[in-house]
Amino acid sequence: MTNAQTILELSDIHTYYGNIHALKGVSCSIPEGDIACLIGANGAGKSTTLMTIFGVQRASKGQVLFKGQPIQHLKPEKVAALGVSQTPEGRQIFPRMTTYENLEMGAFLRKDKSGIERDMEWVFSLFPVLKDRTRQLGGTLSGGEQQMLSIGRALMSRPELLLLDEPSLGLAPKMVERIFQTIIEINKSGVTIFLVEQNAHMALNISGIGYVMETGRIVLADKAKALLENEQVKKAYLGE
Amino acid sequence: MIRQELKKLVIYGFFLAILLIPMLGFRSTTFEPGRAFKTLGVFMAILILNLALKIFRNRRGKEAVVKKSWTERTGEYINRLPKTFTIGGLLLVAILFPIFGDNYVIDVGITCLIYVCLGLGLNIVVGLCGLLDLGYIAFYAVGAYTYSLLNLTFGLSFWSALPIGIVLGMMVGCVIGYPTLKMRGDYLAIVTLGFGEIVRLVLNNWDSLTAGPNGLFGMKRPAVYYPSFSEDGFAWAVYYLKSLPALYYFILVITIFTIVGVRRLDNSRIGRAWIAIREDEVAAELSGVPTTWIKLLAYALGAAFASVAGAFFAAKLSYTNPNFFLFMESCIVLCIVVLGGVGSIPGIIVAAFVLIGAPEIFRGLENYRMLAFGGIMTTMMVLKPEGLIPASRRKRELHENQEALPED
Repeated sequence: MTNAQTILELSDIHTYYGNIHALKGVSCSIPEGDIACLIGANGAGKSTTLMTIFGVQRASKGQVLFKGQPIQHLKPEKVAALGVSQTPEGRQIFPRMTTYENLEMGAFLRKDKSGIERDMEWVFSLFPVLKDRTRQLGGTLSGGEQQMLSIGRALMSRPELLLLDEPSLGLAPKMVERIFQTIIEINKSGVTIFLVEQNAHMALNISGIGYVMETGRIVLADKAKALLENEQVKKAYLGE
Repeated sequence: MIRQELKKLVIYGFFLAILLIPMLGFRSTTFEPGRAFKTLGVFMAILILNLALKIFRNRRGKEAVVKKSWTERTGEYINRLPKTFTIGGLLLVAILFPIFGDNYVIDVGITCLIYVCLGLGLNIVVGLCGLLDLGYIAFYAVGAYTYSLLNLTFGLSFWSALPIGIVLGMMVGCVIGYPTLKMRGDYLAIVTLGFGEIVRLVLNNWDSLTAGPNGLFGMKRPAVYYPSFSEDGFAWAVYYLKSLPALYYFILVITIFTIVGVRRLDNSRIGRAWIAIREDEVAAELSGVPTTWIKLLAYALGAAFASVAGAFFAAKLSYTNPNFFLFMESCIVLCIVVLGGVGSIPGIIVAAFVLIGAPEIFRGLENYRMLAFGGIMTTMMVLKPEGLIPASRRKRELHENQEALPED
């Protein structure tokens, strides 16, 4: 982490849902150009962390720095305009829009037509299957295709930082593997990735650094390789 | 197959009997079962005819059964014609209409056109943005009262009052829109319903301003100005649109402006953002759609169109009172949107004429209007949930299960 710049830094983030204290002082940092992952059980606050970064949920305390700039008070559209993009959990695509229209919505904030065309081609090269489905309704795609579309749509805004919320959710193991391969590919093209996952094994394998979350707190933070060897993690999340 | 149909026939007949005998049989003092049975007989005859037709078709083979419904065929036929031709034809009919109709027919035409404007305005909120609004008529009331009060108090003309009415309508739209930003579905429906009633009750009870239930009267009609050259030189002459044909042409122009406006909005970036919010609000937010503003904009623009229609309504009658803006009116407008096909502009135009025009044709049934309403809506929702002329997107979504679904 010393040689790379930090692209995103959370310090002591507290978030509430009404009376429920969902995040109790989350701090973490993501080095630019890396893949970082956040693993943890259901309800640990992983998705809330992403929603707080994006400004959908408001942090009541703490600071989110994106490239050194505080963004915790910004609205989602402003965060998106800065170069952050997120795929919602459970692959929420627009079910009654075609694949093409879905991708177009991802580029909602952009006005450079030729750039949008180019990125559309890029997404199609990452997920060739989508190209055959351009005129098909999002809701009629298979689960894996919907996940690809969701990631593709997030890429259409040309993000510097991509937040992925459980891309493996409900997918067949083979499809998960393919999605993760593409995530590595996306990362290699220069997009920093913050991955939230329950599939700890897959996530830690492709990540540079990893965070473990439990009931609203980060309980472990280390190099991903080290976490794979960590006894505690092994027992709780890797099922060994 | 025949057994099944016969079973249906018996069930339908039974329900009709339950409905019709008390409704038509009871007069104020006496009970006349004969009257009810006569009507029941007509209905049953229709059902039996339907059954006979079905059997006949069945004999002729399967191809007759898969035949498309006549509305679909007509729609396809119209679509094949060049667009300018269709629109030109409709426009010609609309323009020539007052020449052939008497005053009564023209008056009904004007009402229909007002409801076309209202339906198109509500379509923005309900059809595009997916926010169920049951108090839409409040904005219509705002437009009507704004013009009435400005004209009566300050003597402002229709044209100078109109922009003020639009702005006020938009502001009221935002007032109702803002607190409901986080609401969806049922909750939103209840809040908007309450809001519509609040506006009506305020108008009803604020005697010093709105003259309460007596209403306001004596507003000037809309005017057109034309240059006149007399001995004194150049001057603007005023012509008040008092005759029904003149008012008809006036609302026709307003309607055309509304149609063009809504169409342009539908195809714009904002229109896409509305649809995205309707589809999935969180996903829209994550795509960078400023949902707060876009939703407020839907309310404001929907209200603006209603406000224009309201101002015209007050100017046309030269009278307005709170009872024009009952909850029932909101329902009618919503019915127009749903019946026409949510999101479909031509559908809404047709539905406005059907729902406003048909009760005029069946004047005698006036007391059973609500029943007919319910009947039409129920039948429509069962048989053709996408509306009379479905928007292409809407049709896809309601029949998507008929497309091949790939397995996960």
